[in-house]
Parts: sequence; C-alpha cells; structure tokens
Amino acid sequence: MEGILAEIVAKYNYWLYVVLMMIGFYAMIGKRNLVKKLLGMNIFQTAIILFFVSTGVKRGGGIPILDKYKVLEHGVDVAQVVNPLPHVLMLTAIVVAVSITGVALAILQRIYREYGTLEEDEILEKVGE
Amino acid sequence: MSETNLHMVILAAPLLAAFAVNLLGRLSRAWIAPLTLGALGISTLASVGILFQVLGEGTIRYTVGNWSPPFGIELVVDPLSALMLLLVSSVALVATVSALKSVQLEMEGREHLFFTLYLILIAGLVGLVLTADAFNLYVLLEITSITSYGLIAMGRGRAVLSSFNYIIMGSIGASFYLLGVGYLYILTGSLNMADIAGILPGLNAGAAVATAFAFLLVGLWIKMAFFPLHGWLSPAYSHAPTGAGVLMAPLVTKVTIYLMIRIMFSVFSPEYVFSAHPGIQTAIVWAAALGILCASALALGQRDLRKMLTYIIVAEVGYMVGGVWLANANGMTGAVLHILNDALMTLCLFLSVSAIASRTSSLSFDSLGGLYRRMPLTMAAFTIGAFSMIGVPPTCGFFSKWYLILGGVEAGHWGFVAALVISSLVNAVLFFRIIEIAFFGNIPGEPVVQEAPTEAPWSMLSPLVVTAVALIVVGLGSGRIVSGIISLTIPGGF
Repeated sequence: MEGILAEIVAKYNYWLYVVLMMIGFYAMIGKRNLVKKLLGMNIFQTAIILFFVSTGVKRGGGIPILDKYKVLEHGVDVAQVVNPLPHVLMLTAIVVAVSITGVALAILQRIYREYGTLEEDEILEKVGE
Repeated sequence: MSETNLHMVILAAPLLAAFAVNLLGRLSRAWIAPLTLGALGISTLASVGILFQVLGEGTIRYTVGNWSPPFGIELVVDPLSALMLLLVSSVALVATVSALKSVQLEMEGREHLFFTLYLILIAGLVGLVLTADAFNLYVLLEITSITSYGLIAMGRGRAVLSSFNYIIMGSIGASFYLLGVGYLYILTGSLNMADIAGILPGLNAGAAVATAFAFLLVGLWIKMAFFPLHGWLSPAYSHAPTGAGVLMAPLVTKVTIYLMIRIMFSVFSPEYVFSAHPGIQTAIVWAAALGILCASALALGQRDLRKMLTYIIVAEVGYMVGGVWLANANGMTGAVLHILNDALMTLCLFLSVSAIASRTSSLSFDSLGGLYRRMPLTMAAFTIGAFSMIGVPPTCGFFSKWYLILGGVEAGHWGFVAALVISSLVNAVLFFRIIEIAFFGNIPGEPVVQEAPTEAPWSMLSPLVVTAVALIVVGLGSGRIVSGIISLTIPGGF
C-alpha cells in the first residue's frame, strides 16, 4: 500500500492528468447533451496538453531564453532551462483544438436550427419520426 | 538529400489552389473547375514523375526549410509512399471531374466553399503520405479530419448530426495518437520517425514502449474505422454530399492504413511489432476476421445503396489490417495491393452512385428498378466495380484477395481465410441483389415500356468509365505492380 502511495505522490502530475482525461472521456461518451460532449472533448484535449507541457519541466529550470554570445562561448547547461520543445508542440495542438471546437460549435448551431434542441435523445426522437 | 522538388509540387498545388478557388470562386463560378482540375493535374503528373524517380534512384529524403533532421521536419518518399502519392492524386483528379458536376447540382452558390475544403483535404492527405515526423503527422491528420467534418456537414438533413458524431470519435482517435507520440517523445526525446526507430531498440522500457504503441495503433484504428471502432463511418459517409463521398470514401481510410504501416515498420520494427508481445498478432488478425464478418452482415441488412457501400468499406478495412498483421510477405503484398485496388473499386462504386443519384430521387433499393435500361453505361461500370469487390478475375479485386488468402494460408490463420471467403460470398449476394433489382425490377406503378435511356451527364459518366477500365487494366497489370513496386515496400525481417 505504501509503495503505491509513494508512486502516486512522486508522479502526482501524471495522475492528475489521468483523472482529468477520464472526466473528459466520460463526458464525451456518457453525456447526452451535445454541448457537454464538446466540453468533455475540450477537457480531454487540455489534459493531454498539460501532460505534454509538464514533461518539459525540470526542478530549478529557468526560462529557455538565452544570451546568444554566452551560449556560443560556454554552451548550454541543459539542467538550467526547461525543455521548450513540448511547449512549442502544444502551441500547435492548442491551435488544432481551437479549430476543432470552432467547427464543432458551428455544427452545433446548425443542429439547433434544424432540430430546435441539443439533447441527443430528443433529436433522435425527432429523427425517428 | 536530393535536388528534386517534385514532391513539394504535389503538396503545394492543391494547397495554393484552395486559396485561389476561395478568392476567385467568389467572383465567378467559371474559375473553380479550371483551377481545381489544373492543380490536381499538376499533382498527378508530378507524382508520376516522382514514382519513376524513386524506382530509379531509391528513396528521396528532403529536409524542409534546411533544418537538418532529427530537429527539422523531414519528408521521405520511398516506393510505398510514391505509390500512395500517385494513388491519392490520380483518384482525387478523377473524383473531382464528377464532384464538380454533382456539387453544382446539389449546392449552387456554395461551390467555392466546398472546393476550398476539398482541396485542403487533398493537400492534407498528400502531406500525410509524405511526412516522416510523428508530430507533423498528427497535425496533418487533424487537417484532413477538420476538412472532412466541414465537407460532411455541408450535406442535407442528418449530415450535421453525423458530422458531430464524427468530430467526437475523430478527436478521441487523434488524441490517442497524440498521447502515443507523447510517450515516444518522453522515451526517445525525438519526433523524427527514423531517429525514433534508431533509439527504441536500445531502450529498456518494455511497458512504456508498449503503451506508446498501443495508443498510436488504437488512435489510427478509430480514424480508419476498424471494427468495432467503425460507428462513425457509415452515417458520415452516407449523409455527406455525393461530391464529398467520392473523394473521402476511396482515400481517407486507405491513407490511414498506410499510416498504420508507416508506424508499424518505420517507427517500430517488424521484430518488435510481431514478436515482442506474443498473442497480440494472432488476436489482431482474429479481430480483423471478426470485423470482416460483422461488417458484411451489417451490409446485408441495409436497404440503401450508399449505406450498404459504407459497410463494405468497413469490411475492406478489416482485409487490409488483417493482411498487414499476418506477418508474412504474401499478406503484406496483398494488403498494399488491396489499398490500391480498394481505392479504385470504392471510387468506381461511389462514382456510379453519384451518377445514379443525379437521375433518381433516392438511393434505396426500391427506386433502383429498371436502371439497366435507363442508364446502361453507368450500370455497366457499376457491374465491373461490383465484380471487382466480389473478386471475379480479371478485375483487380481478385488479385489482392488472392494474395491475402495465400498469406492467410501460409500463416495458418484459417479464421481469416474463412472470413475472406465468406465476405466474398456475401458481397456476391449483395451485388447480385442490386443487379437483379436494376435489371429486372420496375418502378412500382409504372408500366413496362421501352424507356429512352437517360444517362447521367457526360461529366459524371466519363470519370466512371475511366475508373471501370482502370479496374481491369490494374487487374491485368497486377503482376508488374507487385514485382516492380510492392516487392520493394516489404520491410526487412519478413
């Protein structure tokens, strides 16, 4: 029991993202309201973005903005700066997530205009008629 | 390193044309057809050129923006991707000729918007084939998906609902893929596929590598509609505008299968994929066999031509996934050849569906009666496509199925072989049912008189005839394609 607890405490950031991801996943699969599904998707994507960002972090690491001449002379001490690459990747992933949300919201608007509701059950009832 | 820029032309032509179509198409509809066809024509010519170049000189590696790999993004054209490039650009070109007409009929005034998304989707598919960077692949995967969501939502009625459903499923798939890339990045510190492949075997982290592999695979399976993750495909493709269906149905799932092959053999190695976890390989082939059977059964239950075809696509995905996972050269050859053939067969069938849809009120079986008399040429091409799906020689569908069955026998996977045979029989039932209705059946209430043929417009008929001829030509040339190109794509270790 203590072994598991130590494991969870040592890597608490990852456990947090797993919990967040599962909340999002549940909302996407289990909720019947289409807006809630979309929100679940956003939570899911955000959890992955946080996961990536936290992989670049180091204890005591500073901002990766360096003096060019110092670096050319002494090189980079990688322990002193956080890894910027995952952050840069996630900028792209955020753009992707925002555009998907945009497309999904536009589609939700059209669904609402067509069926007058965003509850999946009511829509399916109307479709079945 | 190579001096050629031809593959950049293949990617850039549809991408730049997309913006031109959006701007100039607003001014006048007359711009759309020449711009779209011109860009795709250039892409097709360039991909023919690059195929010969790759076959002559070997794999081309290209560093974008002069950032040397593994830091920069690398584009790689090996024989398999050269073949896929030619497939994507030529299928897109042929499909566009028909799509231009059907979009004009279905959504007058919104054509420039449709073709903007359409061209970006093609550019995304070309990019997916070219890229050798795991994260770049994610971005391109989402570019193709977002454009597909938009194209599907342009359809009538329930299309928006299907599109939203596809967004949810597609995002789960892409997020899983992204998680897999995250695991790989933590393990190797690299995103370049070749670089990751070099680092992975030296790692002593079995569970983490396996997790990464599982996330990548499941993500791609959702995107390719591998049974039982196929739920989004049927409604999305059957409610999409016919012009979007002719492009997406042949290409999107097939390119995703290409990506699975890329991940399995360019990032991981055949030894890792097939031997590191005993039992997985067999289990996946069984899942493919089960998927083929279930999708065929679902296709049997449909009373609408387009719905039926979408379930056949799901069954065909099972063929290809199973073929790759058979872990022998015959199965792999069959799978790659089937990517090519299935794209052409699906194109042929969807083109005939869009030709039929331009003349009939609906696509349910009841309204197909007497079609052979009214549209003889369309139905002749449909019959060739149907024979190819069933696997009747000399159409191309027979040859890839033959290789798949040989692979199944060699691997001793009798379940997979049985599924292939049963699914061929089910296809025969499916298509002969339609052929019977269309040949003998009559529209209820109408007298049996000699009706004058009312063929589809020439712009929808000509691509269909070209595709039907291509099915037979590719079938007769299968031997050459296999020995000339596909034998080069089998990774070492088979």
